[in-house]
Amino acid sequence: MKILCCVKRVPITGGRMVLTADAEALETKHLGFTISPHEECAVEEAVRIVERDGGEVVALTLGPAEAEEQLRDCMAIGADRGVHVKTDGSEWDAQATAAAIVEAIDGESFDLLLFGNESADAANYQVGIRVAYALGLPVVTGLKKIELLAGRARCERDVGGARDVYEVPLPAVLTVLEGLNLPRYPSVPGRLRAKSKPLAVLEPARPESKLEKLRLVVPEGQGKQAEILGSGADAAPKVVEVMQRLGVA
Amino acid sequence: MNVLALVEPADELSLQALSFAQSLGDVRAVAFDGPYAPSAWAAALVGAAGDAGAIVAAGSDRGNELLAHVAARLDQPFAANVTALDGDVVTRVRWGGSLIEEARLHGAPKLLTVAPHTHAAAAGVPVETLPAPEDGSPRVLETISDSAGGISLRDAKVVVSGGRGVGSSEAFAVIEELAGLLGGAVGCSRVVTSAGWRPHADQVGQTGTKISADLYVACGISGATQHIAGAKGAKKILAINSDPEAPIFATADYGVIGDLHEIVPAISAELRRVRGT
Repeated sequence: MKILCCVKRVPITGGRMVLTADAEALETKHLGFTISPHEECAVEEAVRIVERDGGEVVALTLGPAEAEEQLRDCMAIGADRGVHVKTDGSEWDAQATAAAIVEAIDGESFDLLLFGNESADAANYQVGIRVAYALGLPVVTGLKKIELLAGRARCERDVGGARDVYEVPLPAVLTVLEGLNLPRYPSVPGRLRAKSKPLAVLEPARPESKLEKLRLVVPEGQGKQAEILGSGADAAPKVVEVMQRLGVA
Repeated sequence: MNVLALVEPADELSLQALSFAQSLGDVRAVAFDGPYAPSAWAAALVGAAGDAGAIVAAGSDRGNELLAHVAARLDQPFAANVTALDGDVVTRVRWGGSLIEEARLHGAPKLLTVAPHTHAAAAGVPVETLPAPEDGSPRVLETISDSAGGISLRDAKVVVSGGRGVGSSEAFAVIEELAGLLGGAVGCSRVVTSAGWRPHADQVGQTGTKISADLYVACGISGATQHIAGAKGAKKILAINSDPEAPIFATADYGVIGDLHEIVPAISAELRRVRGT
């Protein structure tokens, strides 16, 4: 089983959103970075499949030079090699991202191509689907369970108190959600091994955006202040009063 | 402008998207029968688009998926979770609603989904049912009901949630007790599910469940934007946290400062006392 996992480097945002002076991006000077949550689960799933059935996991990202860190994180938990589609750090829209991924794949065949259902930051909900169409592959999205049968994948998607079941022939594109599995933490030996795993680097030119970001805005409403009912256990009667007033006690 | 709007029967978010579509022009509302088949449904939408200047759906799981299929078929840009369209400029939400983007949506027709709960629902309009092609593309084979019993996080009137401050899986007993007394559901933050203290199904957040409770009680939760994205649908938020500077107090309506391990049992005891049980 040969599996491609597409991941995105995103900031860990903490409690407040702060923008750069040009309102083009989040101010990330003081922030850490991670793999977008749904995609962490995609990588974990791919590694589990290959640990069980054999094969190869390739991690791919489109992002700035620093995004190599996220590819090494994928390798640390078991991806065999990486493909880095390097950008100058400016954002690529979903169409351009999908086209660049297809170009980076360059006709190589995979049994499974895993994506996050949507990225944490841009949330465009479409890169995996566009890649599927470009490659002529079936696609199922929003999955929290994947079961591989002979030449097919049986997949489940939560739909409010129930699960929709799909079956697709492989090769296929699947997009997943957090909750698919509980991703492992990389081990120290894993991190050491990751340093020497192969990494291919591509630097395509950035096409013009067709969903062209003009500016970002932090929504109003941040910065209200809670009414403090008290401190410690002594606040309990006031809390219960509030609950009674709200009709929930 | 002619607008093609996809409507899912009995779906509140679809009716909200429909009212947005009506603000853009003359709407033709369409729906599908039979098992959900995103690729085939998108093919039918493209076939029905005619001279439509925009194709609109709800910013729901299915709406976003279907419009992405339409966009891939037409090789056109698609803006998800839009709150406004002014000429070519869309306003859309990112980061689960924690950030707003203004962007120029090039191309035609304009493909967009409408961010949930940003527009009032439209009154019912005539909806035309489109046939979907039998093209062998993926479709729902069966739907398995999860009649787990208990109160679902999404629909609970009260959610009592714990974060890193709870400290362990076992320590959730006090959270469960209070939730039980209030007839509510237990929730948690992403830190908790990543640590394996609670199942992912309990997670409130951008990558978990988005709740709509009358009261959300956040215990030992700092209030990262990823968490607030799931909690802000609650009418009122009560935060219990030992750090008076925690960002959660800038989102909550009520706060109690101190150790949740003392405060939460005290609230449960007080509830029992006033009820005389």
